[in-house]
Amino acid sequence: MTGLFELLGLGASAELLSLSGWGGNLLRGLANSLQIAFGAFGLGLVIGLFGAYGKLYGGKVTRDLLAIYTTVIRAVPELVLILILYYVGSDIINKISEGLGGGRVEINGVAAGIWVLGVVQGAYATEVLRGAIKAVPVGQIEAAKSYGMPAFMIMRRVTIPAMMSFAVPGLANLWLIATKDTALLAVVGFNELTLETRQAASSTRAYFTFFLAAGFLYLMVTLCSGAVFARVEKWARRGQPSLKGGAR
Amino acid sequence: MDTATAAASSPETDTRREAIRVEDLHKSFGNLEVLKGVDLTAQQGDVVAIIGGSGSGKSTMLRCINFLETPSSGKIVIGGEEVAMRGDGSPANQKQIERIRTKLAMVFQQFNLWTHRTLLENVIEVPVHVLKVPKAEAIARAHELLNRVGLGGKEDTYPAYLSGGQQQRAAIARALAVDPSAMLFDEPTSALDPELVGEVLTVIRDLAAEGRTMLLVTHEMKFAREVANHVVYLYQGRIEEQGPPAEVFGNPQSERLKQFLSSVA
Ligand SMILES: Nc1ncnc2c1ncn2[C@@H]1O[C@H](COP(=O)(O)OP(=O)(O)O)[C@@H](O)[C@H]1O
Ligand SMILES: [Mg+2]
Repeated sequence: MTGLFELLGLGASAELLSLSGWGGNLLRGLANSLQIAFGAFGLGLVIGLFGAYGKLYGGKVTRDLLAIYTTVIRAVPELVLILILYYVGSDIINKISEGLGGGRVEINGVAAGIWVLGVVQGAYATEVLRGAIKAVPVGQIEAAKSYGMPAFMIMRRVTIPAMMSFAVPGLANLWLIATKDTALLAVVGFNELTLETRQAASSTRAYFTFFLAAGFLYLMVTLCSGAVFARVEKWARRGQPSLKGGAR
Repeated sequence: MDTATAAASSPETDTRREAIRVEDLHKSFGNLEVLKGVDLTAQQGDVVAIIGGSGSGKSTMLRCINFLETPSSGKIVIGGEEVAMRGDGSPANQKQIERIRTKLAMVFQQFNLWTHRTLLENVIEVPVHVLKVPKAEAIARAHELLNRVGLGGKEDTYPAYLSGGQQQRAAIARALAVDPSAMLFDEPTSALDPELVGEVLTVIRDLAAEGRTMLLVTHEMKFAREVANHVVYLYQGRIEEQGPPAEVFGNPQSERLKQFLSSVA
């Protein structure tokens, strides 16, 4: 037993992972990852809502543009998209800055990460929300119309609440993908959890310890998210008899 | 009964008491002409029953009146106010349509209650958010209305947990909550199990008795004869025959109406 303990180097690991040491770096990386995941997921939802409404009710040009957006984003590997969006994004900002007579600007890593992943998330969210909106029974919307609700109020008071139960499972998936996609931002040098882990591991040669710790942190995020989304789904399904209950 | 002059639809009728006027209403879906020139007037307090075979255009007519369908042509006047229409029949002024819709409460065959809201929330939704009635006032009124339709105590229940008859009664409470100047019923009992029809008809009968203006599409001939003061028989998008219920049911003139009445009897 102690042999195994020694073999895995757990005693040394505890020291390595202390908060004042590399462990603190890992947690800071996690905080950065979560910050980006939150932002990207939120931006993705906003894009997705506009995208879904545009695809369902927009004119021909709007629909075509959205079709290109969702098709391209979903076809190209995320890593490639991140490289493209990151370098194109920072290039455009620098061009504008130079055009306005300023110098090169330092790109804020968090903002860049949110923008890059948010654009990716938006494409998937567009499809999730479009499907959910279409699943809302037309009668619910007609009732709202027939009582004089204006279009925006119908969206806010009827369509969005009614579609939530259809959207939540898909959105929960998107959130988990967002948390894990933050790891891809390591390629553009952003200090999220995976990059912090790699740095800690290669400085100390304790690869096993640090990647296990990182894996554990990602797992915790997933488990907590699962609990939160279970509650959100229960709320979104209010008024619908549960499938298990066998109610009418 | 002077209200029996209802759908006589001469333009000279007393417009002060006029609730709904439809003139030469046409509606096509693509090449299919569903309404081929319908004229109809309902005075305040009139109960107009609309009968006819399936596909004759009853629902389409009702839905054109509040512009859930866009008429192809014609004229619609609600409470003396003509709805502004573009050349293609679409409403020219969305704000006007929304305002007029709040005066016309619709009751649907499939109830169409908002499933994510409790009965109380369903009933106060439009008063609070569209009509800007203070919430406390709307809630007090909703309790009254739910009591009135026999759903006192069910305020916090979601629609899916209720029978069809209860849902339809709740939908009627929702309609009454906007204090409508006219109510549009589209086969309110057709989706119900036979034993639940009676409870909904009882509520509608009460409303008729208190002088509510309503257009009522129904297959319940006995009921139509009892509550309506004017009956319209629609056949393939035209009014084939109309008049007081005693005439239309007791002494039908057209062969088609005779046939229709014997088929539903
Ligand atoms: N949205 C629509 N698109 C195409 N055809 C329609 C639509 N709504 C109704 N119709 C057609 O119009 C005709 C009349 O329908 P409807 O007014 O529902 O009849 P009723 O209510 O008298 O049974 C039917 O032939 C129906 O198929
Ligand atoms: Mg119908």
